[in-house]
Amino acid sequence: MDSRRAPRTVIDPKVRQVGFFAPPDRSQSVPLLQNSNSPPSPPLSDLSPSGNSLSPVMIPPPRHLSDLSSRAVPVGFPPNRLLSPLHRFSGESVIPVGSYNPSEFASPSVGDFFEEKNAQSPGPRRSRGVGGSGKFASSLPAGGFELPPEVKPKSLTTVSVVSNLQPNVTEKVGEQSNESQDGRGANSKPLKEKTSKAERRALQEAQRAAKAAAKAEGNAGSGVANSVNTKAGKASKAPVQKKDNVSVAASEKRGGERMTDKDRKKDVPHPRMQFDDTSRVEKAKKRAVVKQTEVRNRVELFRHLPQYEHGTRLPDLEKKFFRLNSVHPAVYKVGLRYLAGDISGGNARCIAMLQAFQESIMEYSPPKEKALNRDLTAKLNSYVSFLIECRPLSISMGNAIKFVKSRIANLPLTLSESEAKTNLLSEINKFINEKIILADKVIVQHAVTKVRDGDVLLTYGSSSAVEMILLHAHELGKKFRVVIVDARPKLEGRLLLRRLLGKGISCTYVHLNGVSYIMSQVTRVFLGASSVLANGTVYSRVGTACVAMVANACGVPVIVCCEAYKFHERVQLDSICCNELGDPDAILKVQGREEINDLKDIANDENLQVLNLTYDATPSDYVSMIITDYGMIPPTSVPVIVREFRKDQILI
Amino acid sequence: MWWRSASFILDKNDSFLRDDSETRLLSPPPSSSMAQTLDPNLTISPYYQTRAAHHGVVTSDWLAQAHAAAGRDTATPSSEPEASLNSIGSDNSFSVIDEFNNWRKQPDLAEAVAAIRALASVIRSSQATTMMELQNELKTASDSLKSWDMTSISLTAGCDLFMRYVTRTSAVEYEDFDSAKSRFLERAENQALLLQARKIIAMLGQDFIFDGCTILVHGFSRVVLELLKTAAENRKHFRVLCTEGRPDRTGLRLSNELAKLDVPVKLLIDSAVAYSMDEIDMVFVGADGVVESGGIINMMGTYQISLVAKSMDKPVYVAAESYKFARLYPLNQKDMVPALRPIDFGVPIPSKVEVETSARDYTPPQYLTLLFTDLGVLTPSVVSDELIQLYL
Repeated sequence: MDSRRAPRTVIDPKVRQVGFFAPPDRSQSVPLLQNSNSPPSPPLSDLSPSGNSLSPVMIPPPRHLSDLSSRAVPVGFPPNRLLSPLHRFSGESVIPVGSYNPSEFASPSVGDFFEEKNAQSPGPRRSRGVGGSGKFASSLPAGGFELPPEVKPKSLTTVSVVSNLQPNVTEKVGEQSNESQDGRGANSKPLKEKTSKAERRALQEAQRAAKAAAKAEGNAGSGVANSVNTKAGKASKAPVQKKDNVSVAASEKRGGERMTDKDRKKDVPHPRMQFDDTSRVEKAKKRAVVKQTEVRNRVELFRHLPQYEHGTRLPDLEKKFFRLNSVHPAVYKVGLRYLAGDISGGNARCIAMLQAFQESIMEYSPPKEKALNRDLTAKLNSYVSFLIECRPLSISMGNAIKFVKSRIANLPLTLSESEAKTNLLSEINKFINEKIILADKVIVQHAVTKVRDGDVLLTYGSSSAVEMILLHAHELGKKFRVVIVDARPKLEGRLLLRRLLGKGISCTYVHLNGVSYIMSQVTRVFLGASSVLANGTVYSRVGTACVAMVANACGVPVIVCCEAYKFHERVQLDSICCNELGDPDAILKVQGREEINDLKDIANDENLQVLNLTYDATPSDYVSMIITDYGMIPPTSVPVIVREFRKDQILI
Repeated sequence: MWWRSASFILDKNDSFLRDDSETRLLSPPPSSSMAQTLDPNLTISPYYQTRAAHHGVVTSDWLAQAHAAAGRDTATPSSEPEASLNSIGSDNSFSVIDEFNNWRKQPDLAEAVAAIRALASVIRSSQATTMMELQNELKTASDSLKSWDMTSISLTAGCDLFMRYVTRTSAVEYEDFDSAKSRFLERAENQALLLQARKIIAMLGQDFIFDGCTILVHGFSRVVLELLKTAAENRKHFRVLCTEGRPDRTGLRLSNELAKLDVPVKLLIDSAVAYSMDEIDMVFVGADGVVESGGIINMMGTYQISLVAKSMDKPVYVAAESYKFARLYPLNQKDMVPALRPIDFGVPIPSKVEVETSARDYTPPQYLTLLFTDLGVLTPSVVSDELIQLYL
């Protein structure tokens, strides 16, 4: 136990860096700029995969990775600096020529829009593709990351244009993964020049065709039009050689602060946005589908998390239903339901999302010139970013998305479209059945052995796995009593209580305040979890940690039931760095009791910060056992499961 | 896999004895509760019969009881599973339990190894022609072995281990059925390799013994004895305190053995552990089974010794072969299949007085410092890692 606690104190200082990455980045960037002309050394590329473990899909970033990612910056850095002015130059040169509205050129949101918009705009597509390669590492650990260094030298001497397969690949994949980064300062125009001439030609052809097709279809979305990028024009028209020649001069002309500004945005590839970074938030807002107004009094320490006004988003989004053609209706529906709170619970949300994906895949057909597995990933990314706007992803969803993406990426290119689709659909089905439904059954099998006659079982909130365990144990004829601990504002335990009573199980219902009293009668505590992290920390509904600690103090074994697909390799030490904030009004008001309004007039008081946390982290010391589909394991074995069973999912 | 291993039966402490007498093997009608608690046949778990036979229990009446028990158990218990097996229709697993009993009579052979040998004999006598058939036969055999003695952890673990090997190396590797069969046999004999485990552990563990240290040993463990012997042979100077190990007085036997090696030994009664803890440098115990949490199940008293040692910051070392790793996860003391044994108090106990006859307890991992196994010196949390890799 002591050994488990010790590291906590060691790491503590780092934790306090919440949301302050920018300064270190910049300080590091200065020395790097100086030798930017020399191609990056291999060790750097070794460093970079450290960022790999992040899924591109907003699995909240491991805290400790923040410095790693800043270390990884060098890989993508030098060329940025060199090329970005060049890029700008070329952009300007094009403005008079291009047919696009010049005012759009100034739009800072270049590079953050959905895939469909990209299909129309040849320039940014490519540019983002290359730039995204740095980030690409986060989605596909093994392959992609060494590529940027290879590409860079070429970008410096661009004239040597031999069509090279590899950069091409990076480019495309990177482009997709970039989608998922939306708003994370994924602005990567400068790297555009990396592509070889031949490739660019080919791409241009393709994109023109795509554009024509898109126009024919008649793209109506207003937001879409907004994002059409001016750079499209310049990329397609500006002659390659010219750019190259000018590049050096340009870089000198326009160095300055604007550039560093840009670099800073670029260099921290953040899977999850830090909401205390104003510039990035601004950008994200511009591109967001869901209109979100921020809460006025944001809670200190939690500024890095999105804190939006609740209640305004849903009607707003509903209105947009027919205008959002970048998002498949099924996904849209699921997103709305997340937003409305109709679907909650890790498993339910995950299954709903996967089914929506299935539906969208069923109706999907790739544009002519695109490979299915490339385009589909991009598509998926746009869906995911939409879902995130509705409600931050749970870790289970992140893992499921990771799974789907890996399956898409691994589709053999030889498969026909329909084959590929059925393949994917069955894979997703398999995931739902094996990893979620079957896993729950196995968990129940295991957990039931821990229920004995005469036991008093305590559970907190409402966990689907725990509910199944209780019901199954009851079916087996075991004689036990259940204590349901509940807490405001969600009071999820009530539904569970109703269902258990309906089955004839004798229950006690108590609020979290009474847990210390009731704990003395309890013989087992069964808890659900949103996720279990690599250090054994259980990430679950807020209040779980409290229950676990009380149980531990009373010597009652705490059993956490969690499917293995919810495990995550991240390490988290507190509930601050990654969390979700609920509606602050929910804890200010009492539902159905309008007369209780003591806080009504002071809700907007400047000195009042209302914090409605959704999750908390239970240290592994308070957990006796974790029941997963792989059996009953101590919390120390979570990394073993992640290591042994996750690798096949990602690497195959 | 694990749910086929000893599952945690509902042990109501008071009713267990009586339930036991009815459901278990032997059938003398319970005349009085007095007779029940004193009659060894009703309460000895087969596991402890073996232990009694192997470890030369000291009291004469206990020996007599054990002999009686041993005599009877070969006759009675084997008949019951046999009947059930016959009803299934497999006729070549009749020998499993006899075979197992034969093997385990060898004093140097661990239960798990005996179980594996017994299963190997099943393979040898099997007339199966397909892999599936053979696997099924083995499965029924190992299930009957396991159900014959639910209390022995290492028996269960040994069966599981071997079955794991058999099912894992499915016919994919060997198209030829005979070669697969001989491979299994070879593997089973190879478990003799497991006999070397003790030597490996002794070599690993004796490094932890330094000159002039005082070691507390609880129970009679062949591994611990081997370890101490190796240390003594390597001319380490150390002193051993042996607990008495009531009621089967295993400590007496250990002190006997150690005295033969010229190791200074001192005997303590079990309740003197805390009293002498301050002069102790480390605690060595064996294990009946190592469970998934990294804790151990061992002879009664290990838990309290570990608690005392922990509170006085003395390291507790466990020596256990890796075939004792079991896919069990007791949450607390009562969450195990109790192994029962008679306790001789020297005077008759009135029938109204209950006697705690459980023979072993569970020591949670946080009270253990290190485990010496043939896989290396492990921290308790690695046990689960090994088990997951072994069984999943």
